[in-house]
Amino acid sequence: MPDHETHDFDVVIIGAGGAGLRAAIETKKRGLRTALVCKSLLGKAHTVMAEGGAAAAMGNVWPEDNWQVHFRDTMRGGKLLNNWRMAQLHAQESPERIYELERWGALFDRTSDGLILQRDFGGHRYARLAHVGDRTGLEMIRTLQQQAVALGIDVFMECKVLRLLKDADGRASAAVGYWRPSGDFVTFNAKAFVVATGGIGKSWLFTTNSWECTGDGDAIAAWAGADMLDMEFVQFHPTCMVWPMTARGILVTEGVRGDGGVLRNAEGRRFMFDYIPPMFAAETAATEEEADRWYDDHTNNRRPPDLLPRDEVARSINSEVKSGRGSPHGGVFLDIATRRSPEYIRRRLPSMYHQFKELAGLDITTEPMEVAPFQHYMMGGIRVEADSGSTTVPGLFAAGEAAAGMHGANRLGGNSLSDLLVFGRRAGMAASDFAEGRVGTPAVEESEVDEICRAALKPFGNDGGESPYDVHRDLQETMQQLVGLIRTETELVRGLENLGKLDERAEKVSVTGTPAYNPGWNLATDLPAMLTVSRLVTQAAIERRESRGGQTRDDYPKADPELGKINLIQRIRADGTYELERVPLPPMPAELAALLEEEPK
Amino acid sequence: MSPDTAPGASPVNQEVSPQVPPQAPRDAHQGSSPDDGPSVTLSVWRGDPGGGAFVDYAMPAIEGEVVLDVVHRIQAGLAPDLACRWNCKAGKCGSCSAEINGEPRLMCMTRMDQLPQGEPVVVAPMRTFPVIRDLVTDVSFNYTMARQLPPFAPGPAEPDGIYRMMQIDVERGQEFRKCIECFMCQDVCHVIRDHEENKASYAGPRMFIRYMELESHPLDTNDRRELVRQRMGLGLCNITKCCTEVCPEQIHITDNAIIPLKERVVDASYDPVAWLGRKILRRKKRSATEAAADAPAFSAPTHDDR
Repeated sequence: MPDHETHDFDVVIIGAGGAGLRAAIETKKRGLRTALVCKSLLGKAHTVMAEGGAAAAMGNVWPEDNWQVHFRDTMRGGKLLNNWRMAQLHAQESPERIYELERWGALFDRTSDGLILQRDFGGHRYARLAHVGDRTGLEMIRTLQQQAVALGIDVFMECKVLRLLKDADGRASAAVGYWRPSGDFVTFNAKAFVVATGGIGKSWLFTTNSWECTGDGDAIAAWAGADMLDMEFVQFHPTCMVWPMTARGILVTEGVRGDGGVLRNAEGRRFMFDYIPPMFAAETAATEEEADRWYDDHTNNRRPPDLLPRDEVARSINSEVKSGRGSPHGGVFLDIATRRSPEYIRRRLPSMYHQFKELAGLDITTEPMEVAPFQHYMMGGIRVEADSGSTTVPGLFAAGEAAAGMHGANRLGGNSLSDLLVFGRRAGMAASDFAEGRVGTPAVEESEVDEICRAALKPFGNDGGESPYDVHRDLQETMQQLVGLIRTETELVRGLENLGKLDERAEKVSVTGTPAYNPGWNLATDLPAMLTVSRLVTQAAIERRESRGGQTRDDYPKADPELGKINLIQRIRADGTYELERVPLPPMPAELAALLEEEPK
Repeated sequence: MSPDTAPGASPVNQEVSPQVPPQAPRDAHQGSSPDDGPSVTLSVWRGDPGGGAFVDYAMPAIEGEVVLDVVHRIQAGLAPDLACRWNCKAGKCGSCSAEINGEPRLMCMTRMDQLPQGEPVVVAPMRTFPVIRDLVTDVSFNYTMARQLPPFAPGPAEPDGIYRMMQIDVERGQEFRKCIECFMCQDVCHVIRDHEENKASYAGPRMFIRYMELESHPLDTNDRRELVRQRMGLGLCNITKCCTEVCPEQIHITDNAIIPLKERVVDASYDPVAWLGRKILRRKKRSATEAAADAPAFSAPTHDDR
């Protein structure tokens, strides 16, 4: 058995992307002993890949913008399934969180009068995304990282958390994990925990997500008995690279369309005009001429359909490809070359230019890109109380992509980065309150810790078993083919059957070598989380027999008004079985509901 | 545990910096039937602080793939325990730095078909940092240096609470903030490559662009020039531009950061007019001693701070 070390903290934050870093800054500033635990090196979390920007109604470009409009856009984009209180807090607090980054050293692009510049994105009525070219996530994570370092926060890098343990009273009390460099085990005892582990994309074959996005946080919370919410809502980003095959899934920022790029099919037609849904007809341009005028005059023209919410655009692309009007490698064309000057494209979209040049040998200033929808974001996740991020497990908090509710059935582009800041801070505040109020030293059963470590090491003793890579590959095939963008009951049920078999196979995987920096073993310890999360997604997708946002059912192509009034809640019982419950949406105050009814000016 | 020790928290001997043997013996592994169609061979350094060797892995080529794709295929088949760092696989996170055919590059942005064909592609860990295992190195040196930096300290905002900065004034800093912390500039820097003894007193190109970024930040009030001269070893850099050449973000490290920083440091130390000006006029920037006091990690004040 490798060595085992133990640490005591007030608050332990799991995950060091935008939400985790922001939470840690808050708890540290409160004077609490704070540990930030992350699977990779500091500054490499998936937030670093965010491109387009952070949505905040600062009104720097369009003074007409305000939190009410942002709230309305977010709710409508989420097909009204969002937790209204989270959408409200997000719309109200995002501007201050962006200004805070500036006070910590961030250098956003500027307007001509020296304010933070804001860019257009899908589903947002006004140009609203604070950004730095197309590398906004890098700017954000670096700023937060540098602030965390300046505060002297204890960071445990390359450390994976396997499980959360509760004390006799059911409060989260310890996190057990291992150091990836050495394979040695480590236990963090703490009074409060914040899960900020991000996405779940690595269960799909093609995803924009990095290797870390294995749903660890979702799984450890679910295993600890926390309620999970909206797990059926998975976002497929409409524009990802399709070729070369090995680059398939790499993100192409929505900023391409925000900055004037348009989608075309093989015939060169701007097909998005054929797919404007009734819900957005009143605020979407009807002709190419109106759409083109909108970039300079938002007041007298309506938004191009290329900038409909992501779920609409993804479905439309899929349908063009299925109708035989796709591009040579199975996508559609994204064209900015014929619409903007090469200088403009290189200045506004430097990493897109670089990415296509290097990986596909394609110059986006002269040729169209080929794009298609692939897994990108998880709207669902751990159910949290809106103001505090507290989960249904006392002492456990969640924020960022791992938490659910803010984005409803579909997230608008740009709302994620500001979500991380707003709710990272709030989870940090609430976790601090909880830790300060908690009496006694957190204590867990030693035998439970030992059991977790033994289970993690089991693959070393499974002689002659499969490689974890084979099980992972089959899981990805299953989710890609059976639980993808377009779903049917038959395929989902088959997916569930496959997951059962994969569970059994994952039990028996075997790995070679030692625990020290062993990717095969690391993957073997990621598999249980991926399988649990995949099961939750599939079960919820079967239960919601309608099409709405990130859930598109070919066998139920319409939205069902009755299902529009409920969220799906799932939890794992102590005996390991799963339960699913329909709960009504929290009632919205009349003044907020009135905002949703307003027709755009 | 803190950022400077975390990556090497394993019982890795921090003193040992095993050199990758240039003529190491080679083991050969064959992938699945490389006979049909074009094949690729990756010669990967495998080992730990105790030593290691290059191992050849041959497999069928796949159109358009990058070096990291081949490493992943090796992990999925021939060697599941082959250690390498990676995250985004899109050139944005700077995790998968390695020395490919002797040149520091990101594995995720190096296409196999743009490397010399018909010969093994040699992949070794970055040499300037101690090996943890295979292609993974202990880069904690960089995090230690980052902790010694007196942080950004903005002056007061305008009366409406807003900071106004013009695009032209933020562009210099934005160039340096493109840095993805791949640490290849540090890897290739002569001052610390093969000179472990210099690391204690040399921040390296990655940190010099950070110092220059703050130096040129329109809002910052900390003066770090004496610190960077006396404690961070700016004078040791002899401007060979190796760092600039390997930067995957094409940051002009030498021309836009190190040389201007050297000039400003000289101004701070030896220019009597500037010295007198600071004595007489109200200082805009705080002194090195004051600035150093902001750093969470120990950084000694400089002796001739005026």
